[in-house]
Amino acid sequence: MTSVLEIENLSVSFTTPDGDVEAVTDVSLSVGAGECLGLVGESGSGKSQTFMAAMGLLAENGTASGHIRLDGIDLLSADEKKLNTVRGDRIAMIFQDPMTSLTPHMKVGRQLAEVIIEHQGVDKETGRRRALDMLDRVHIPEAERRLDMYPHELSGGLRQRVMIAMALMCEPEVIIADEPTTALDVTVQAQILDLLMEVKVNLGAAIVLITHDLGVIAGLADRVAVMYAGRIVEQGSVADTFASPVHPYTQGLLACTPRLDVETEALETISGQPPNLQSLPTGCSFHPRCPHVFERCQAERPLLERTPSGQSKACFFNAAEAAE
Amino acid sequence: MSDAHMSEGRSGANLSVPNADALDKAADVEGRSLWQDAFRRLQTNRAAMVSAIVLIVMAFVCFVGPVLVPWSYEEIDWDILEAAPPNFDTGHYLGTDSLGRDLLARILQGGQVSFLVGILATSVALVVGVTVGATAGFMGGRVDQILMRFVDVMYAVPLMFFIIILMVVFGRNFYLMFLAIGFVEWLTMSRIVRGQTLTLKNKEFIEAARASGGSTAGIIARHIIPNVLGVVIVYVTLTIPQVILLESFLSFLGLGVQPPMTSWGALIAEGAQEMEITPRTLILPAVCLSTTLFCFNFLGDGLRDALDPKDR
Repeated sequence: MTSVLEIENLSVSFTTPDGDVEAVTDVSLSVGAGECLGLVGESGSGKSQTFMAAMGLLAENGTASGHIRLDGIDLLSADEKKLNTVRGDRIAMIFQDPMTSLTPHMKVGRQLAEVIIEHQGVDKETGRRRALDMLDRVHIPEAERRLDMYPHELSGGLRQRVMIAMALMCEPEVIIADEPTTALDVTVQAQILDLLMEVKVNLGAAIVLITHDLGVIAGLADRVAVMYAGRIVEQGSVADTFASPVHPYTQGLLACTPRLDVETEALETISGQPPNLQSLPTGCSFHPRCPHVFERCQAERPLLERTPSGQSKACFFNAAEAAE
Repeated sequence: MSDAHMSEGRSGANLSVPNADALDKAADVEGRSLWQDAFRRLQTNRAAMVSAIVLIVMAFVCFVGPVLVPWSYEEIDWDILEAAPPNFDTGHYLGTDSLGRDLLARILQGGQVSFLVGILATSVALVVGVTVGATAGFMGGRVDQILMRFVDVMYAVPLMFFIIILMVVFGRNFYLMFLAIGFVEWLTMSRIVRGQTLTLKNKEFIEAARASGGSTAGIIARHIIPNVLGVVIVYVTLTIPQVILLESFLSFLGLGVQPPMTSWGALIAEGAQEMEITPRTLILPAVCLSTTLFCFNFLGDGLRDALDPKDR
């Protein structure tokens, strides 16, 4: 599969009064057309910042190094003007909170139309037609009436559909969904995930799904990358990763997921706290919390390597060796 | 997901084909803009509509009336030469002032000046203040520093000193006064707008706009400014009276409107000196001025409500 979006050795750091913080370190990822890549991690693991860098939306004190290529265009070195021709047109983002991500004073129809007017230079009338068309596509009932509504008149689920419609307006090659279901209740979550699935199948776009909800990844993604403290610690197909996670952190995460079919008294947790990015542990960042820690973990940092099963992991521990 | 959707999708990017009728209909009903919508809502606000009508009538009368009145504002009736009561035979429908000039003609002319000052000077303040404030707030960094320090410097310059210098450099000019007043009023406006912009700037919808490829100027114009309008409009309704009063103050010092021209503020100042003898010369212009300010306040309030989409 040819990859549409390629991230190579990306590092993102923020200058703060307490010194620099490296939120993302040496991350390489790629997504192909029609593929959905899930990116999981705790809060602060750098999963959002990775793609904020791709969209040129880093906070003012943030700097990114490395390469992010969209079909040969290096997004990191592109200037604002160049970036604006790509953003919204070829790469679009769906935000976490649909309640605050739509401009309050502008009607839904105009907000949608504006994207396509901006990028494709169509007239207002065409823009409105396309907006209506798109609202229909994301299954908004009575789309025509909604076109002339303000965002506050719509429910959270409808607003998220509008957000998705907005991201789809120009039929982008890459869609980045940053926790698209976090702010919604569970039944609406399911509907939105169905919709994203439909988008993936029908538009053939590459979808990057950033979330901390493993269930969401299991349902939608083809491949999954797990981030911990700014680095990718495990990568592989969803089936393999969920069936036999190779990194202790992923194993821990999966063990924490509540299950309906197993009766338990208390939920599993990963002991300890996520590390402070300003004073990362030596060696492997996960070693203070790792159940399989040994001396090498404290001294040396493991690199992301392929395992015989076709997954990748950044860990020295080898279950097979340990068993011997 | 249903199979129907999948198979449709194979043929193209369509997830579902919207029916053609709906599309045609949508194109007929052209989407109303924020302003059309606001105007529609304003029409349902009775106080605001009455105020708007009163203002339009007053402005119309002030600008057209002088043609129909038998006396001009500067003409002295040599037969009277004092404050005379209303007399329809001589054509002084509201009487004369202490110099024997027709009071009605003077009130109408004074209204012209007050309206012009109120509206033009406030417009200058509005345009400059909002642009500078929104730009400084949104761009931040060095642009913000430069613009806001300039505002600080301007704040520190005494108003009178500034206006006198303007008068000295450019000569005494009626229109210069509008500029001078507007130039002072925009400072506060820009600070208010900047503050509002700072709170809006980090909202997610601004980020979303940037993620969809909006340019900085476009985002300021379409996402920041419309969202600060509510606050701006309220401030404008406070500014108009302030400006009208400032003008009468300047006129009183001899820096604004020069006699025999007059303004409502100047007429009130004159009338106040004679209020024990002829209360008419104070009350009439005062009623005009307060009615106008009252209407501006109601209209501003109505506009604020009308521009807030959540308020309908």
